[in-house]
Amino acid sequence: MSRILFWLLLGLILLPLGVVLSSIANPDFSLLQHLYQTVLLDYVSNSVLLAVGVGVGVAIIGASLAWALTQYSFYGSRLLGWLAVLPLAMPAYIIAYTYTGLLDYSGPVQQFLRATFDWQYGDYWFPNVRSLGGAIVMMTLVLFPYVYLLARNAFTAQSHSLREASASMGVTRWHYFSRIAWPLAWPAIVAGMALAMMEALADYGTVAYFGVSTFTSGVFRTWFGMGSRQTALQLAAMLTLIVFVVIWLEQRSRHKVRHATKGNAREPVRLTGLKGMGMALACSLPVFLGFILPVIQLSSWAVSYLPDWSWQDYAPLVSQSVMLAGITALATVLLALFLSYTKRWYTASIPQWAINLASMGYALPGIVIAVGVLVPLGFFDIKLNAFTNAWFGYQPGLILSGTMVVLVFAYMVRFVAVALQHTQTGLQTITPNMDDAARSLGVGSVKATWRVHLPIMKPSLIAALLLVFVDVLKELPATLVLRPFNVNTLAVKAYELAMDERLQQAALPALSIVLCGILPVLLLIRQLRKHEDKYAKRA
Amino acid sequence: MLPEFHLKFKTLLATLSSVLVLVTPTAGFADEINIYSARNEALIKPILDKFTEKTDIKVNLVTGKADALISRMQSEGQFSPVDVLVTTDAGRLARAKSMGLTQIIPNEVSLSSVNATLVDPDRHWTALTKRARPIMYAKDRVDPATLSTMEALTDAQWKGRICIRSSSNIYNQSMTAALIEQLGEQATEQWAKGLVANFARPPAGGDRDQIRAVAAGQCDIAVANTYYLAGMRESQDKATRDVANSVAVFWPNQDDRGVHINISGIAIAKHAKNLAQAEALISFMLSEEAQQWYAQTNGEYPVVDAVAWSDTLKAMGTFKHESIPLQTVGEKNADALKLMDRAGWK
Repeated sequence: MSRILFWLLLGLILLPLGVVLSSIANPDFSLLQHLYQTVLLDYVSNSVLLAVGVGVGVAIIGASLAWALTQYSFYGSRLLGWLAVLPLAMPAYIIAYTYTGLLDYSGPVQQFLRATFDWQYGDYWFPNVRSLGGAIVMMTLVLFPYVYLLARNAFTAQSHSLREASASMGVTRWHYFSRIAWPLAWPAIVAGMALAMMEALADYGTVAYFGVSTFTSGVFRTWFGMGSRQTALQLAAMLTLIVFVVIWLEQRSRHKVRHATKGNAREPVRLTGLKGMGMALACSLPVFLGFILPVIQLSSWAVSYLPDWSWQDYAPLVSQSVMLAGITALATVLLALFLSYTKRWYTASIPQWAINLASMGYALPGIVIAVGVLVPLGFFDIKLNAFTNAWFGYQPGLILSGTMVVLVFAYMVRFVAVALQHTQTGLQTITPNMDDAARSLGVGSVKATWRVHLPIMKPSLIAALLLVFVDVLKELPATLVLRPFNVNTLAVKAYELAMDERLQQAALPALSIVLCGILPVLLLIRQLRKHEDKYAKRA
Repeated sequence: MLPEFHLKFKTLLATLSSVLVLVTPTAGFADEINIYSARNEALIKPILDKFTEKTDIKVNLVTGKADALISRMQSEGQFSPVDVLVTTDAGRLARAKSMGLTQIIPNEVSLSSVNATLVDPDRHWTALTKRARPIMYAKDRVDPATLSTMEALTDAQWKGRICIRSSSNIYNQSMTAALIEQLGEQATEQWAKGLVANFARPPAGGDRDQIRAVAAGQCDIAVANTYYLAGMRESQDKATRDVANSVAVFWPNQDDRGVHINISGIAIAKHAKNLAQAEALISFMLSEEAQQWYAQTNGEYPVVDAVAWSDTLKAMGTFKHESIPLQTVGEKNADALKLMDRAGWK
């Protein structure tokens, strides 16, 4: 029964992907040839470079932060522990706008340099923010928490005895990190990298603003500029090829280490004096750049435009955003849980690729998913009307298209990957012998799930809920196209103003997204800390 | 047996649909109109509120990218709730028309006050505002006597001095499409290549960014839409006003075809259910009040000649603009983009 439901739900989630892939059936050769001769190579190389750059960047920052904050304690380390999650609440295109405002040729930093040293244009070198490199840095700054969160869980779960045993054999701290801790945490790190890379591949706002031609900006360009939705979808289908590679690499790394060791966490080493200060500085840098600095800049803009907003117009924006994000987060995590558990129960008959396929949506640009959702649901609505008309002489009109259901469905297609990543990693830490142990004690499988799994899964579940929640808060292209009449979200508001180059007016809704995202982040931190404290107490 | 089931089924579906649709309170309005708008909310909602105030017709609005909204209309088919489509360029209106998603604007709506080149020959859409795309130059570094036409921007004297945004942008696409229509494909491609050769930097950012780059000295000339400059000149922020005032507008091609313009416009959806309300809306949008509001609030030019301009617009001066039928600009859009791809215009 649950196997049938599994395939049904999977089919539903894959519907939009099917629409995208089926576009390959009737290619417009002359247009494809034109793209091939002019811009396609750019799309491929830029997309690959962007994904690799962001992947490497988030791995280095996220994993080092997680290592430093789990192994050492120093001034401000507890505070940093949760501050490090906050950049997630910052939409990439907003941070891109903010830094461009600061660092561009006509921005305050370069103006100051010119005024101080009496330079002119061309007299000095300054990195160009609006470039591929700039896009990589911007996305890395807001996406590293994906790796940080997963790696932090992994490092915490590594047992104390492992380190002690290593120490007794004369393994230095650095060797322990590079030879033992890092490889053990690797699957978690790669899982975070994969998410960040997929998000980077699907990004439109940042690359469009920076003028970097990627597959995603190419999809928009071909559709909007050339009026060919078909060819645009074909480009999106090619994009899925790159994503297959990312997912395949991620799975390979998972195969190498099936089960992380479980045990008691150890007390972090206390760093004081210069060492402690140096560590505190190094660890706060990514948080400062990815969150604090942009928030300061946005706040200063928001204040100057505060009188333009009325609470009466603003309250529904906040409530609609939070409601949509909340409902979607719950539904998505439930779906991910169901898929992961069914996979666990029926390992033999459900192949891993089925789960991997369900994750594909994350790398598809929101607007492509929107089309993938619009087409089949519109078809369903029209057929349903034809059916009721023939049998009952009644036409209900559109019962799915243009409703919240469509929107939530599109979000689920797009974000189920995030939830799956966490439910899957969470389930992997529950070894089969734990189930066996529970069963040998006479606890049935449902009860075992409830009593044994839930406490272990809790941090993963909460992380999944939170991440989907924040992702929906930030989501834009699908929301724009699919929303019912008069439904507005903070992201829509921020984006419309920012795209109209009214960045200062966009600051308040952008800040509000961050604020709405922070509350659940605080919740997550509390839970994580409880979880970690429990391990610590047992030590 | 069957009738009873029939009734139940109907109620079930009706309840289902009302549960599914998030219903916003509709009390107090007899009439409604449903709008898909590519104009963003900040630039249309205030005037729609005035419309509601005047006519008691409630407005339901979805804003988004024009092509995405057109796709939505397409997949919703005959049951689509939308009554009118508002876009910020003629090309998308022409596209919606060619896909059979629009209908003739009834004769009850007078379009006679709008210049004929700004209305679809079959009356499937009409312009609501005009947006001009002239040359803007640094007052302290460029002598306006050295400027003449868009074609002259390919001269060697402008090497490394021109800022313009990406070819992904619709304003550049329709500008190039209009050139193809007027100069022919070959001459336009030569022009695009020459322009790209004179770029000061790879295209990035929006129109305001190009204006800022001119003010900061990164380039001497920008091509941008006037309402961006108007908006900057009226900004609450003094630094922004200073930037905008260090840049001046030059109207190119005044001795021949005129400066490039595009429009924002409106069409009635093929399956519109609130036809009378749609007519009322179009008439209202062409009224002096609405036309003036756009000129005052967003620095766009009215399509009705009798309507007065704002002071900021007056200060930029009057101009002659292209007179080709705008729908051809829409038809040539794909060719324009391919041409810009070939010219290496990022």
